[in-house]
Amino acid sequence: MRYLSYLLPWQFSPTVLAVCALTVALYVRGLVVLRRSGSAPGFWRPLVFFLGVALNYAVLQTHYDFLAQHMFWIHRLQHLILHHIGPVLLVLSAPVPALRAGLPEGVRRVLRRPSVGTVVELLWRALQHPVIAPILFVGLIYFWLIPSIHFTAMLDTRRYMLMNWSMLVDGILFWWLMLAPREAQGRAAIGYGMRFVILGAVAVPQIVIGAYIALVPWPIYSIYAVCGRAWAISPLLDQQIGGLLTWIPAAMMSVVGVLVVLHHILHEGRSNRTQRHGPSPEGGRARAGAAHASAGAAA
Amino acid sequence: MSSPIRHTAFAWAIALMSALLLSGCARHPLQPDVTDVTGLVAPLHFNLTNQAGREVNAGDYRGEVVMLYFGYTHCPDACPTTLTTLADALSRLGAGASRVRVLFVTVDPRRDTTAVLKNYVSDFGPQFVGLRGTPSQLTSMIKRYRVSYHYEKPDRNGNYEVDHSSAVFVFDGRGRARLLVQTGARAGAVATDVRRLL
Repeated sequence: MRYLSYLLPWQFSPTVLAVCALTVALYVRGLVVLRRSGSAPGFWRPLVFFLGVALNYAVLQTHYDFLAQHMFWIHRLQHLILHHIGPVLLVLSAPVPALRAGLPEGVRRVLRRPSVGTVVELLWRALQHPVIAPILFVGLIYFWLIPSIHFTAMLDTRRYMLMNWSMLVDGILFWWLMLAPREAQGRAAIGYGMRFVILGAVAVPQIVIGAYIALVPWPIYSIYAVCGRAWAISPLLDQQIGGLLTWIPAAMMSVVGVLVVLHHILHEGRSNRTQRHGPSPEGGRARAGAAHASAGAAA
Repeated sequence: MSSPIRHTAFAWAIALMSALLLSGCARHPLQPDVTDVTGLVAPLHFNLTNQAGREVNAGDYRGEVVMLYFGYTHCPDACPTTLTTLADALSRLGAGASRVRVLFVTVDPRRDTTAVLKNYVSDFGPQFVGLRGTPSQLTSMIKRYRVSYHYEKPDRNGNYEVDHSSAVFVFDGRGRARLLVQTGARAGAVATDVRRLL
């Protein structure tokens, strides 16, 4: 029973519960609709989707949240999940067809209205702009790590929630722009070559801030001493682990991103060839070669 | 790439981020190690038992400046140091000190009975109040003020230390959180900033 209580929220947030429950409900409803029409996404994609939702929920609404409030490195791990790993899983699960199919007809009708559509489109274009999106992505990491801002975010429940939500929402937006196949992105799509540039560009400032936090020989974030740490650990060790988490796994996610984009390029090259020449065992090897060449050119 | 929509959106994003940055930087420290936390920390609210064994709540301290601190009486250094600094600050407030209360909330209610608390706080002065709560009362309080504590392993004699927050939260007469005093703040600095709340 004692361990079960760790699954309960430290500070209950109706917003997190409502958003997660609604998302899962939409998705499941969509799966049922798609299954009926024979275009269900199989086993792995839903699994990855549910894993993504569950991870984000777990770091926000279990006892983990208590640890994240009172230990710098656990907080950094929380943001690694909210801003990187969780969103990457959600985007890789390609959930849009299921979520769209799950929307009730009334909501779809509202979204189709020209006035609503224009606002959504403008906002979406701005957030998916190839310059704005990476600046926002890195900017948010830096912003919440400014010592005075970090101090107040850990002190004030509303700012804390705003911080975590901003990381999750921005993570989904950014990784959607980086990892979704071009044909799924619609008019805001950006080329694969540009994505390599952006993935490289966001890795550098993350390495810089992570290395700075890990290597600086004095404690930067006093709030954890002020409010108490979750368990006894030297402030500097806490900070070093937190810095390493901001530095290495966060930057490695750019490498993962590059691999996913390479996969899209290979896949697209293959399906273009298939459309032009039709499948043949002989053409298979030539196709792979061509795709490699195009991947190299894009990189 | 060069559509006006995209440029406008970009300018807005920059403006929004600058506004956020500026709003964060506006809150500057008053005296060294004293921070303005107006609007950031939850208003004073609690249900606990005082050193006389009477149940008290935040309403009992309306009209008084309250300094809230979490600690325990077996605390070897942090608590006595902080409480001594606060006592020193109160002595510099003169007549105003009578309108200030220091609430010492124990995070070790098992050892800190009302009798132990009564004995402990009386050493620091008449404005010092010792408070203890049931586990759920204490938990709701540490959630509210986003602080933590945990028990270290007991030694051979069963004595143990408790790691806890070091902050002193200062509330004005209307129960609004106003200041956060960090370890290292000098008594004079505390007195200067608390005087403004009287």
